[in-house]
Amino acid sequence: MLTEPRLTWNVIADVRQLFDFPFMVNALRAGTIVAVLAAVIGWFMVVRRQTFAGHTLALIGFPGAAAATLLGVGVLYGFFAFCAAGALVIALVPRSGSTRFSEESAVIGTVQAVALGAGFLFVTLYHGNLNGLSALLFGSYLGVTGTQVTTLLIVAACGTLFIAIVGRPLLFASVDPSTASANGVPVTLLAVGFLVVLGLTAAEVSQITGALLVFALLVLPAATAQALSTRPGRGIAIAVGVSVAITWLGLGVAYYTPYPIGFWVTTFAFVAYVGSLGGRQIVRTVHR
Amino acid sequence: MFTHSFMQHAFIAGTAIAILCGLVGYLVVLRGQVFTGDALSHVAFTGALGALAFGFGARAGLFAATIAVALLLAALGPRGRGDDVVIGSVFAWTLGLGVLFLSIFTTRHATQNSAGGVSVLFGSIFGLSAGATLTAATIAVVACLVFAAIARPMLFASLDEAVARSRGVPVRALGYLFMVLIGVTAAEATQAVGALLLLGLLAAPAATAGHLTARPFRAMALSAGVAVTSVWIGLTVSYVVPWMPPSPAILFVAAALYATAFTVSRVRVA
Repeated sequence: MLTEPRLTWNVIADVRQLFDFPFMVNALRAGTIVAVLAAVIGWFMVVRRQTFAGHTLALIGFPGAAAATLLGVGVLYGFFAFCAAGALVIALVPRSGSTRFSEESAVIGTVQAVALGAGFLFVTLYHGNLNGLSALLFGSYLGVTGTQVTTLLIVAACGTLFIAIVGRPLLFASVDPSTASANGVPVTLLAVGFLVVLGLTAAEVSQITGALLVFALLVLPAATAQALSTRPGRGIAIAVGVSVAITWLGLGVAYYTPYPIGFWVTTFAFVAYVGSLGGRQIVRTVHR
Repeated sequence: MFTHSFMQHAFIAGTAIAILCGLVGYLVVLRGQVFTGDALSHVAFTGALGALAFGFGARAGLFAATIAVALLLAALGPRGRGDDVVIGSVFAWTLGLGVLFLSIFTTRHATQNSAGGVSVLFGSIFGLSAGATLTAATIAVVACLVFAAIARPMLFASLDEAVARSRGVPVRALGYLFMVLIGVTAAEATQAVGALLLLGLLAAPAATAGHLTARPFRAMALSAGVAVTSVWIGLTVSYVVPWMPPSPAILFVAAALYATAFTVSRVRVA
């Protein structure tokens, strides 16, 4: 009963057709969970100017998954173990202090390249199932199981809970670390904790979008929100809204077209970002 | 080992590319532009796949894409450097485009599967022909000469921008030129170690050199030396160990050298 998905002018029928297959329902559930978490964590990542670290952590999921496949362990464990470990390595390197030489970014870059090299090695050792490689790198929403959705939900709940508890001090520490530190906020501890949560988020998102495209969901909704509002609460809400909307749209369009979901999600996200920049420019011109 | 022509090609092209990466990488790290290098390396992936998908040569696509995006990032950022969030947003989308090109390419050339995509992502230094080697080496030499010509004012502008500008150094123009140079380096290195791994060849040797000496010009030379050493050892290891692909081997050596330098300088400070 596999029928070619066909788009008609009847929008309601089209949407209903989307929900006909259980794999699409699971994909939508997983996509929504992932989109919400990515938007919330991504918003803090952009405020903290840790986009590079976020991107690297996103890519570390790839060798994790490849190693897990090689060892015959669940891919999920590989994702989470590697991303958490990578977050700790990046967190342990001291921030560049007085010198201009950006040691921190050099470490992040090296970690990233080594991780990707290791991932490639693992895939080669596994005797190159290249389709598996492209699924790891570019994601696949077709095979999400009910158990996976539950795991994603649990991790997302933990991540959101972390932000709910430490959100205020974290924001303080991000905006003005020295004042926050003087006021007794544990800045270093928060930084390490945030990186680990960022790593877990990246691991979680990787499973849907693939290691190469996690970054789009982390940075683009957050950047869009920052262009539209400088208030934290409103900004996070906008980021979540944008992120969920582009994920649904991406899943829906990918279902009806032969092109991969990663392309659609990143394109819609980028359009939203450029649109928000343009909108801000117009508002400024009008107000002037 | 050198009786095989593919090994000779790999060593010639690898050395030239390593020198370029080491030199440019030092200023990239000094200026805190590693993230830009990261972005351009991913753009290289999209460029090469786009060219493959639409039937041009991969190399033309590589250079066109990296140079164009380098200029775009320079234009969008303050003082020709590029802002983190802007860079991230642009290249997140570029990656998405790359995925689209990959899927177009694989559906058109069903027999080749995604091998073309893999060689772009992870390099194919053992697959270089004599012509490709010559081209890669020539471009690397020219880029190194350009680098040598702008190294002094560039270093000045990187260390103290305000003073450099007041002394008549064209800081902004240099910023643009340097971005183009990073783009060229990214496109070059993609042929050797692949789009996903070239960041290591930019960052690790430069950071190693930064630990060994504080003098900038000595550090540049050292950085190029470390990069060349990594490539040579990596290629040899990959030749001797059959299951080891060349690009991860090169990266592991570069990272090991960096980790050693990092630890040694830590111990010395303590």
